[in-house]
Amino acid sequence: MQLRRLPTGVVWALGALPLAVLVWDVFAGGLGVDPVRDIEHRLGRTAVYFLVASLCVTPLLRLARINLMKFRRPLGLLSASYAALHLLAWAVLDMGLRWEQALKDIARRPYLTIGMAALVILLILAATSSNAAIRRLGARRWGAIHRLVYLAAPLALFHWLLAHKIWPGKPLLILGAVAILLGLRLAWARARRFASNT
Amino acid sequence: MRPASDLTWTDVTPEHLFLNRRSFIAGAAALVAGSAGAAGFSTDEAPNSFDEITNYNNFYEFGFGKTDPARFAKGLTTDPWSVEIDGLVDRPGSYSVADLAPDNAVEERIYRLRCVEAWSMVIPWLGVPLASVLEKVGVQPGAKFVEFETLLRPEEMPAQRRRSMQWPYREGLRLDEAMHPLTILATGLYGQALPNQNGAPIRLVVPWKYGFKSIKSIVRITLTDTQPVSTWQAMQPGEYGFYANVNPRVDHPRWSQATERRIGAGLLGGRQDTLMFNGYGEQVASLYAGMDLARDY
Repeated sequence: MQLRRLPTGVVWALGALPLAVLVWDVFAGGLGVDPVRDIEHRLGRTAVYFLVASLCVTPLLRLARINLMKFRRPLGLLSASYAALHLLAWAVLDMGLRWEQALKDIARRPYLTIGMAALVILLILAATSSNAAIRRLGARRWGAIHRLVYLAAPLALFHWLLAHKIWPGKPLLILGAVAILLGLRLAWARARRFASNT
Repeated sequence: MRPASDLTWTDVTPEHLFLNRRSFIAGAAALVAGSAGAAGFSTDEAPNSFDEITNYNNFYEFGFGKTDPARFAKGLTTDPWSVEIDGLVDRPGSYSVADLAPDNAVEERIYRLRCVEAWSMVIPWLGVPLASVLEKVGVQPGAKFVEFETLLRPEEMPAQRRRSMQWPYREGLRLDEAMHPLTILATGLYGQALPNQNGAPIRLVVPWKYGFKSIKSIVRITLTDTQPVSTWQAMQPGEYGFYANVNPRVDHPRWSQATERRIGAGLLGGRQDTLMFNGYGEQVASLYAGMDLARDY
């Protein structure tokens, strides 16, 4: 596959595109009646898309022999960046910097607690997404920490689902995709254990 | 040159006037009525723009997105329309919109609207007090509640083809709430006929309750002696009660109701405190004297 030859800068450039379009829409008035909600929701959705994309890298390699391994880190970092912007938009634009209500809500409202937990995980993973961090932590411990992404993805989707009054279609579909992507890992882990036992 | 017989009234009257003549008359009537004293019910807060009011709607029969109603409600047939009024009334029957809200009775009411999703707007409605309608049909002594039902027409209401909610949408009020002078049946906004996405041709507006109580596109009004079960209440009784009064002290189980975002306030508009009964406490608090509103939410 020639995709491997692409510099990771391409992923960063593509990854910045949703933000660029959003900024453009803000200034060109393309956001409709409630721009606050649109900004907040688009940032959150984009974070989820990159998170799911990062989870596709290993299955693509193992099942389709498409090697995008070197793009996994930028995909994860993009997800964490959009998630951080999503939180910022919520705190500044949606909550209007009412810190007392914001903090109380994060503690008391499950959908916010869950979303915050997902974001904290993503930020920990982002902070340890460097070769230096892998050396410092050791590959084994680093791997264990980064398996937290298997928790962050469903948390992020439950956060999305629970903010609705009815069951919304799109996050349910993505949750299904995440279940499959995580199920694959589970199946591979079992197969490994089985292989090492015999 | 076409023969004269090809001319129709649309040739001499611009189409938007032609289509809106009825609502123009309603608007003019509203101005007269407004100056005659009904203005006491209206807020002096600046109304949201027509564009905001008609492009940010929850009308789940047309989809669950805020812009779905504006996109998909165009095909709704609202003329002819009839409202079945039945149950404990003296004169049950099928009434036209003009029967219930004659042009000369329509008045303007500028009300705050607080959605259960914690956003709000200010809307200049045109309508008639629900009490005037109920007096017209004659409420029998045994009646204690009023039940409302939205149109069920899956051919024109795309989301009704999916089983995501229990259609038709239903709502209810206690009789004293229904008779309260703030409660209106709206037939227009901003001086024109109600746009389809806002619940054409006739909808309820109860400004001190969360927006979902103000049922749209009504086809049935039933006077009854038993408390009706509203659609949201039936779906999620732990989250939506029969009363659904705006109450900053009683949170939705999943989010706070203490504050709200005013649509149109801009990117840095922030939040404002939500008022008890959406700011209509002086007029309606007495309806709930002695009730525990945390239990009867």
